[in-house]
Amino acid sequence: MGLKIKIDNIPLEVPEGTTILNAAKKAGIYIPTLCAMPELGFTPGSCRVCVVEVEGLTNLPASCVYPVRDGMVIHTNSQRVKEARRMVLELLLSNHPLDCMTCEKSGDCALENLAYELGVKESRFGRREKRLPLDESNPFIVRDLNKCVLCGRCVEICNEIQQTHAINTGYRSSKSKIIAGLDEGLKYSDCVFCGQCVAVCPVGALIDKAAQGKGRSWEFRKVHTICNYCGCGCGFDLNIKDKKVVKVTSNSESVVNGINLCVKGRFGNDYIHRDDRLTTPFIRKNGKLEPATWEEALQLISDKFKKIKEESGSDSLAVLSSAKCTNEENFLLMKFARAILGTNNVDHCARLCHSSTVAGLASAFGSGAMTNSIKEIANASVIYLTGSNTTENHPIIALEIKKAVTKNGAKLIVADPREIELAKYATVWLRQKPGTDVALFNGLMNVIINEGLEDKKFIQERTEDYEKMKKVVLKYTPEIAEKITGVPAEDIRKAARIYATAPCASIIYSMGITQHTTGTDNVLSTANLAMLTGNVGKESTGVNPLRGQSNVQGACDMGALPNVYSGYQAVTDSQVREKFSQAWNVELPDRIGLTVVEILNAAYEGKIRGIFVMAENPAMSDPDLNHAREALKKTEFLVVSDMFMTETGELADVILPGVSFAEKDGTITNTERRVQRIRKAIEPIGEAKPEWKIICALAQKMGYPMQYNSPAEIMEEIANLTPIYGGILYPRLEKEGLQWPCPNSNHPGTKYLHQEKFTRGKGKFFPVEFKEAAELPDQEYPFIFTTGRVLYHFHTGTVTRRSRGLCEIYPEALVEINPQDAEELNIQDGEVIEVSSRRGKIRAKTQITEKSGKGVIFMSFHFYEAAANLLTNAALDPVSKIPEYKVCAVKLQKIN
Amino acid sequence: MGCLCNQQEISEEEKYKQLKEFIAENREKKGYLIPVLHMAQVIFGYLPDEVQAFVARGMNISTSQVKGVVTFYSYFKTSPAGRHHITVCLGTACYVRGSKKILDALEDKLGIKVGETTPDRRFSMGVQRCLGACGLAPVIMIDEDVHGRMTAKKLDKILDQYK
Repeated sequence: MGLKIKIDNIPLEVPEGTTILNAAKKAGIYIPTLCAMPELGFTPGSCRVCVVEVEGLTNLPASCVYPVRDGMVIHTNSQRVKEARRMVLELLLSNHPLDCMTCEKSGDCALENLAYELGVKESRFGRREKRLPLDESNPFIVRDLNKCVLCGRCVEICNEIQQTHAINTGYRSSKSKIIAGLDEGLKYSDCVFCGQCVAVCPVGALIDKAAQGKGRSWEFRKVHTICNYCGCGCGFDLNIKDKKVVKVTSNSESVVNGINLCVKGRFGNDYIHRDDRLTTPFIRKNGKLEPATWEEALQLISDKFKKIKEESGSDSLAVLSSAKCTNEENFLLMKFARAILGTNNVDHCARLCHSSTVAGLASAFGSGAMTNSIKEIANASVIYLTGSNTTENHPIIALEIKKAVTKNGAKLIVADPREIELAKYATVWLRQKPGTDVALFNGLMNVIINEGLEDKKFIQERTEDYEKMKKVVLKYTPEIAEKITGVPAEDIRKAARIYATAPCASIIYSMGITQHTTGTDNVLSTANLAMLTGNVGKESTGVNPLRGQSNVQGACDMGALPNVYSGYQAVTDSQVREKFSQAWNVELPDRIGLTVVEILNAAYEGKIRGIFVMAENPAMSDPDLNHAREALKKTEFLVVSDMFMTETGELADVILPGVSFAEKDGTITNTERRVQRIRKAIEPIGEAKPEWKIICALAQKMGYPMQYNSPAEIMEEIANLTPIYGGILYPRLEKEGLQWPCPNSNHPGTKYLHQEKFTRGKGKFFPVEFKEAAELPDQEYPFIFTTGRVLYHFHTGTVTRRSRGLCEIYPEALVEINPQDAEELNIQDGEVIEVSSRRGKIRAKTQITEKSGKGVIFMSFHFYEAAANLLTNAALDPVSKIPEYKVCAVKLQKIN
Repeated sequence: MGCLCNQQEISEEEKYKQLKEFIAENREKKGYLIPVLHMAQVIFGYLPDEVQAFVARGMNISTSQVKGVVTFYSYFKTSPAGRHHITVCLGTACYVRGSKKILDALEDKLGIKVGETTPDRRFSMGVQRCLGACGLAPVIMIDEDVHGRMTAKKLDKILDQYK
């Protein structure tokens, strides 16, 4: 039964618990607010702007918090209400700077709008400005507390949603102000510069620093698109003025993230207009790269590729596709490799991050992607997080994990050699030695089986080969697992019980699991654990690999892999091959091609003579860089398309200028299998071209008819040939996108996988024995070296190191070392030291931190001056061919 | 808690050790920030930023949360007390007889504001609403001594008595 009320003479029926503000909204009546954010559950009722008159009440209640009662008669705009609002406004204006004509927020300012609405020109309370200094301590956000109206929104979003607690309300009464850290400025606080506070500030107190003086709200054209950094797939608006991207603002309709963004997404896109963008093709002449026309460049590539193909056969050519490019571009490049070059030597950087996921989960479940959706994480009752520093690498997903723990009472188990930020939220933190994950998983399963906590019904009905797995697992008692992993047996027992007894438990993992010579084994172990306890095929459970790049899921889906076409259809399957062969009107190769590292090895040996690299940077990202770079140098004909000169581009024979995500249309697929539209916001810079146009032009040049008017047409071809993308068509992607599998144009997409049955039918258990990492510490190289990313940079740094703010806040590579190790070696914090492995050496500053366990050294791989991959080991996982980035042996030396 | 008198005699290191122990005993208790800050102030005499940061780390909360609480309650002091504490009465009687001018003059002479301490730690200064000596208004108090019928001119001579 609803409550019957009358609001501004409009009769209305609303459910119990509805606030007056929401009831008014329902009736189409506008009530101004300053502090309330009802959509985020924040209604402090403190600004008093939303007051209304309720018949029978003597005071004016704040409509954002006051619930309606049956029979209530409400006036939202009576004389008394207007008077009250006017007074609140005049009080606020008495100490608010009246510099609206030059204020960045003008046009989008709640205070300005309210003053206009109520016709308030000046304050009856006179003027008493606060004269507080600006906080310009950091490169991203300017805080002008003189303009602050103390609505509390920024504190709310920082503390309750972002959960960083960088800011708070400090001091009292008229001296109240928002303080950051110890009130010394944002830079010196715990701030991670997500800028959520900027997004919710109703006035000009929090401003995007880099966009100052570059335009105000009414001057911008907004284009809703998807962030091109990590695999979260956050939506936002590019704000365009004078054909330039000026800034990024939140768009609350973004399905994955709402208004939430991280520092890279919100403040890290200034690279788009860097003046060192490549704006014309280059051809190497007499050893030097010189500007050339498109015609020259394409002709040369066509001639060379044709010649190499003629002389040495199709398999002497290879292409590296890109997880940074769209689905359409990846599809076209794999088509180009297979149909035109005639080789299956096509791969991309997913080989280096999640190929073991694709291999492992495909074997166990039949589908190598996140089983569940990002939004489901918050409702899991237990989360087992392993090998993922989510806060830094998938910041928006980390918010869901924090929400699960702090708001919904979930228990978090963190299994990670590093003391990552989320360890703070964990009920149990298991600090395993790097490279011992299988033993840890087996130890957990040993406890579950021995204590009878397994889901017998699920195992019986939905899986196979359980006994084989059980036989191996029974060997790994918690005590044996402790010996291998260093995790106390009691903690293993505790974690096992928590996981096994949860109503819905979700495993979330990332490259700490995949980037090992035992990567596939690790992934199979996650699947074993989930199936053993029946934690698959339900909402908020499952096995959820977090994909690193914006479109690494899509690049895999599109078949930029040596063994499959789009939709994971095997090149060795003659029926599939026939289908593609007919569609493309050409004979297709049936031999599985080479993977990234294998392509470079073959190039090193001279077996591969020509490589086309689309927007990737193997000369920074591959393991054992000295060897990789040598291989690229030896490649007879290397073509690179990219926005910027990269370490790989410097070795190229031809460079083609590509574009940023802001300059093209297309789709990308995020880590939860959601296909979303990216939209062209500006014209390509200089003579740069979107990669899909480059591939088409090159194909035409080589005599193959490849012509599309738009990426939408390419998607139609993809949908026709790819069952899991069968219903994915542009008109359906306008709003929320679609999650594959989506087999036909009426299918709503799939929120979580394996509901009734696994993609492969029955889930398959694999017995997995523990194997040691390929290279272990010894007397000469006594430390374990492990690599990863940091919040402020991305991948090989090609774009983030061209973002002014990101570079200012995190300017150089750091070697993370445990305090005990530092003391033993007499190393000071910030001291430059030399780190060397059997393959190379680098120098960088140290950061002494408890984050690193004793004997473990961590470094990010973003910095060419101290390229971590000069040290890493190119030993490969035998199944997925992923290199072991996470474990190798190094030594540290002081520099005299 | 043990005996905490004669705090001046123990080293900084010892003070942090005491605080650390107190935090370790209480960190799991909900809403225990205020008692911890209270104890920190007893140990250190006041709550400088370093101590606030130490409390934040120990309690596993952010510095802004600690600072927010410290700056909200007037009980918490963020600068050390001077050897001599001056209290200016701003009660009604003193106020109408010009105690604000005396306060301004003191701020001027000492170069500090209410709640602050001179760099040489000779004086710290605070205000009160009434000292109960309205007959002598305007009144200031230095340590235990009441000085009545104050004027700005008399200040130098009075301050000289306190080294």
